[in-house]
Amino acid sequence: MGRKLLIHNDKVPGINTLEVYRAHGGYASVEKALKSMQPDQITDEVKKSGLRGRGGAGFPTGMKWSFLAKPEGVPRYLVCNADESEPGTFKDRYLMEKIPHALIEGMITSSYALGAKTSYIYIRGEYFYVARILEAAIAEAYAAGWLGKNILGTDFSHDCYVQVGGGAYICGEETALLESLEGKRGNPRIKPPFPAVAGLWGCPTVVNNVETIAAVVPIVNMGGEEYAKIGVGKSTGTKLISASGHINKPGVYEIELGITVEDFIYSDEYCGGIRNGKKLKAVVAGGSSVPILPTELILKTAKGEPRLMTYESLSDGGFQTGTMLGSGGFIAMDEDTSIVKNLFTFARFYHHESCGQCSPCREGTGWMEKILKKFLNGTATESDVELLWDIQSKIEGKTICPLGEAAAWPVAAAIRHFKHEFLEIARNKKFVDISHYDRLNLIRA
Amino acid sequence: MGSQVHGAQKFDEAKRAATVFSDEAMKTVQTIISHYPPERIKSAMLPVLHVAQAEFGGWLSPETMDYVASILKVKPVEVFEVASFYTMYNLKPMGKCVLEVCQTSSCWLNGAEDIVKYIEKKLNIKVGETTKDGMFSLKVAECLGSCGTAPMLQCGASYHENLTYEKVDKILDDYRAEGKLRSYTDLDYKNTL
Ligand SMILES: Cc1cc2nc3c(=O)[nH]c(=O)nc-3n(C[C@H](O)[C@H](O)[C@H](O)COP(=O)(O)O)c2cc1C
Ligand code: SF4
Ligand code: FES
Repeated sequence: MGRKLLIHNDKVPGINTLEVYRAHGGYASVEKALKSMQPDQITDEVKKSGLRGRGGAGFPTGMKWSFLAKPEGVPRYLVCNADESEPGTFKDRYLMEKIPHALIEGMITSSYALGAKTSYIYIRGEYFYVARILEAAIAEAYAAGWLGKNILGTDFSHDCYVQVGGGAYICGEETALLESLEGKRGNPRIKPPFPAVAGLWGCPTVVNNVETIAAVVPIVNMGGEEYAKIGVGKSTGTKLISASGHINKPGVYEIELGITVEDFIYSDEYCGGIRNGKKLKAVVAGGSSVPILPTELILKTAKGEPRLMTYESLSDGGFQTGTMLGSGGFIAMDEDTSIVKNLFTFARFYHHESCGQCSPCREGTGWMEKILKKFLNGTATESDVELLWDIQSKIEGKTICPLGEAAAWPVAAAIRHFKHEFLEIARNKKFVDISHYDRLNLIRA
Repeated sequence: MGSQVHGAQKFDEAKRAATVFSDEAMKTVQTIISHYPPERIKSAMLPVLHVAQAEFGGWLSPETMDYVASILKVKPVEVFEVASFYTMYNLKPMGKCVLEVCQTSSCWLNGAEDIVKYIEKKLNIKVGETTKDGMFSLKVAECLGSCGTAPMLQCGASYHENLTYEKVDKILDDYRAEGKLRSYTDLDYKNTL
């Protein structure tokens, strides 16, 4: 069994309450930090831990914290990114729903490190009921003195609030999130300035993912060096992976970074193999934005080495033969899956979610969806494959935020690894969809 | 003012005058506003719009947006800008229960299309339409963070997961029997796994 640091208590009855959470060692990091550590010491521990942002980009958290500007007399903010809208990703929801205090504790300890008197948890609006769970936990924390004025009798006071969004994937992008938190449309800002200098209401702000903030708790408790012993190389610690698609046991798993992809897919501790005795065809390993890989390349790198669940191993080979760990949204597809149809669901998603500020993204996502639709209704020609390739190649690097490339990458990867499927449909002038798992039809029969 | 902002939509002064939060909703709104520095109350926009939508019939009419603008001390167009950007705000009247079926990858792989077709047939409406009795509206949604328990649908605050036809039957029967407006802000959410 791998080590777990974040959701090891997820099955404990009542762990959503402060009493039970506390009885299982909860809030120890706040005690340790406030009573025996200087704020900068915590940032040092986070640096030593090697923790990398769990929201998708994998930026070193300690380094991000050390960039936070600290001008005199200007408030600083910690904002938790709980927007979780990347298709295939549902790990933050699990953590917040099951163990809400793990996030609240992380918010307090991290805010102490950053000198933030106020923090916000921006949660996607669709998770309204999860926001209620967080609010209940926050109320408990206030009542017990973990939030509010002079926490544990120290000089440190802190307020933490939840804000619900309105339904827009783009608000997961940190500057769009800040716009939304300010009560505006979620249009990403041009960077620089970065949020660390000018974030919420123009004040220095750190934006971190739910899981990143929750990971600060074990890091403070065990020390950064101990944490860094888990994992492989620059991929330290544990990671929540949300697994879905055609696997026997979909769900959220906490893994030690460094296990093999094969173990993750086939062992009973995790996904338990592919459903109905089917063969694995392809995997999207880190949320809809990352390149899809066929079975051969997800299980082994192009060099023939076993592929590991680490930032480095998953991206080995670049986009030619590799992918990314991304958000940890792991989608497995069996042999009957139409890669073209799956790609269409992604293309429709990105077109729907483009905020419309940049023409390459706004128009490009629309064109990609339209052309893919031609494949589905059997009117596509072979030259449409080239056209699709051409359009996706003209988005990357030409937009304000990375949504544009996030929309282009899945298209590029599907054509790179499964071009024959596109050509076959174009030649036959027919799209036959046997791909979605027939669970519902079985029930009907 | 509203009439200029909302173009085609008629602005009804009498309806606007009658648009006032209940005491309870107003208390909620005041709590939300207290989460931000006093000079930044515009930040309360998104959560306040959710409260307003639940309070005034499940959609944001020009009059409702105008009212929210007056509370947050912003121009009505600033409210409209936000309301029209985000998918959870309805700019036209909807059924009491809005069924939002996720159609993205993991749900599609697990039969979401069949669920949509089943509901269309059962309610005799297409995606985007509302039943004649005003009980149900059907929408499709993008990934709702429930991919491991696909297929799924959301109705107000409730998540209904691992859907089967039988489950859909029961969900619709229950909502119909209950007959009430379902909102994202509901406290009595009834998630089914
Ligand atoms: C289009 C887009 C969507 C994103 N969605 C999320 C999200 O839902 N959750 C998240 O934590 N980060 C998301 N990110 C990444 C954030 O911009 C940011 O990098 C992250 O919140 C930083 O936190 P971390 O360093 O702890 O990962 C998204 C980025 C982009 C470009
Ligand atoms: S890349 Fe797309 S989503 Fe990002 S700012 Fe430009 S138009 Fe908006
Ligand atoms: S794909 Fe449907 S909930 Fe994620």
